[in-house]
Amino acid sequence: MKKFCKKNFVPLFFILLSILGFIFSGMSMKFVVNEMINRFIRNGIMVLALIIPIIAGLGLNFAITIGALCAQVGFLIVLDYQISGYLGIIIATLIGVILSYFAGYIIGNCLNKVKGKEMITTIIIGFLGTSIYQLIFMVGYGTIIKSHNPEIVLSRGIGVRNMVDMEGYRSILDKLLVIKIGSIQIPVFMILLIIIFALIIKYLINTPKGMKFRAIGEDMNKARDAGINVEKVRIDAIIISTITACFAQIIYLQNIGMMSVYTAHTNSEIFACASILAGGATINKASVKNAFLGIFLFHFLFIVSPQAGQNLFQNVAVGEYFRTFIAYGTIAGALLLNSTEER
Amino acid sequence: MENKSFNINTPQRIIIIFLIILFISAGFMGISLKAIVSDTLVRLAMNGILVLSLVPMLNAGIGINFGLPVGIVCGLLGMCCALNFKLEGYLGFGVSILFSIVFGILFGYVYSLIMNKAEGKEEITSTFIGFSFIPLTSIFWIRAPFTNPAMLYPVGGEGMRPKIGLEGYFKHVLNDTWNISIAGIDIPIGFILFFAIMCLLVMVFFKTKIGKAILAIGENKQFSYLAGIDVNKCKRISIILSTVLGAIGICAYAQSYGFIELYNAPFMAAFPAASAILIGGNLGGKATIFEVVLGTYLYQSIYTISVPIANELLIPELAEIIRMIVTNAIILYAMFCKGRKRA
Repeated sequence: MKKFCKKNFVPLFFILLSILGFIFSGMSMKFVVNEMINRFIRNGIMVLALIIPIIAGLGLNFAITIGALCAQVGFLIVLDYQISGYLGIIIATLIGVILSYFAGYIIGNCLNKVKGKEMITTIIIGFLGTSIYQLIFMVGYGTIIKSHNPEIVLSRGIGVRNMVDMEGYRSILDKLLVIKIGSIQIPVFMILLIIIFALIIKYLINTPKGMKFRAIGEDMNKARDAGINVEKVRIDAIIISTITACFAQIIYLQNIGMMSVYTAHTNSEIFACASILAGGATINKASVKNAFLGIFLFHFLFIVSPQAGQNLFQNVAVGEYFRTFIAYGTIAGALLLNSTEER
Repeated sequence: MENKSFNINTPQRIIIIFLIILFISAGFMGISLKAIVSDTLVRLAMNGILVLSLVPMLNAGIGINFGLPVGIVCGLLGMCCALNFKLEGYLGFGVSILFSIVFGILFGYVYSLIMNKAEGKEEITSTFIGFSFIPLTSIFWIRAPFTNPAMLYPVGGEGMRPKIGLEGYFKHVLNDTWNISIAGIDIPIGFILFFAIMCLLVMVFFKTKIGKAILAIGENKQFSYLAGIDVNKCKRISIILSTVLGAIGICAYAQSYGFIELYNAPFMAAFPAASAILIGGNLGGKATIFEVVLGTYLYQSIYTISVPIANELLIPELAEIIRMIVTNAIILYAMFCKGRKRA
């Protein structure tokens, strides 16, 4: 029992916090469950994107923002050419996946140059990617890139609007196969989609290729002696992660139905990392189970904490800051725990 | 060791060429260069101490202090204390610095204890300690027990304002000290002197016994350990010193800027500072004052000159985007260089 508690300290801590938060928030279970399902759909795949880099010993891949950006580029292109509906989403996904394949390849090569400092490098790559994306769509669009859709351009003729309406794609995947139980809506198709992604990741980990990820994650030099092309496997891990993140962002955006062009992707990496860690993953160990448990625990806390803050301290902002603290603090704590264990 | 102190590498060359191009194009656009030059001098002194605060930790071999927000928050706290007593002018600024140093030592000590546990992963851990410290302090700002109404929300009278004006307290105390004008260029001698004294103090510190011990750790940790140096203690001292300098740095910054910015404002503060010292020619190893001054001057010049140019081009966001790209590209470049050296 004691061993179990020690091993699952982080998830147990989150369960405790969630229960406390739920009690103090005074929210109805129905509301929380609906919100949970919604958030599970929005963020589920993003968390899955983190698993393979962790197993491959690259740590938390904060550069999944780049995958998210690729998805946004895809959507902006189909919006620019005004292709709506399922065709639009398919084309956006295709563009996004191709872009994230190349982006992943570049990021993987970068990370091979900075072995041992992958995580901080992925953060910086994420920031740099964001700036370049801003440069393209805030300055390049309308000047170098010709605009085809006047609705998404700023009135000065240069740059995409901060907020773009995605009327043609709003919830079109969510609406497939929805089952209603009482007042709780269950979008079966989306849940199936996420489970399929989870199974793909699980399959990838357990095939011979996945064994390679695990081998280089455990000991890079030994893996090299065993004849594994370490550099290439690391690049593959990042490519898979980036492409998964791209899918995740496509689903996130169609669920929201609006795209805040320059900020939709921010913090997605922090919340994803905090989620998987809340589910009991560490910097070098993760599984699909951790990801799913983590999404539930982390987002449960996210839903209840502002209201709990309001009730406890008469201030919504306290709860908001508290949940931001939990997101960053979880990651800081995991990093500290990891380095104490290594010694 | 190769001759390190005064050599100019590729990134500096690129930055200098970029700057020259900017200056020439500004000249053609009819932007007043005199104002820009005096502005760069002010910004050098404004940001210089924040950049200087990275030096102790770099010299101890800990790496770039991405946890700079910890130091900044100490400075903000110090200034708020001075403001609470409604102190004005030099006295107000002096007391702010005094309080900042006290808080810097206190928080720096705790920060250093945490960092000692993060052996080998200091940079990423410090990033997240900084990130998670900000929401915690935000909760404090909401409930802070300060009483000066100039600092509190006008409505309700509780909770700190996000932006506190220093007009009538100690705005521009250093900027206006011994400010002389040569050929139309304003030179804030007092402000630059303050920065120079800080640089000198750091230089003197590294001539003392403990300073030399810290330098030795940065050169070779194993060897210094065998030579009987208390490695952990020296590292702690360097972290505390970095935090205190960060606290003083934000005081100098705020008096020039004219506002104290609370809540999420210091979130990304570490990255421009890190980028500045890297532009100065440091690659994450032992740092010199020359690198601090050169780097800060170049970095701030890019920003000062690109703002009027971007406005002239009618794309005001361009300046900020360029600054972000330069910031992150330089940090990334430094990561690659360090990786190559180790391999």
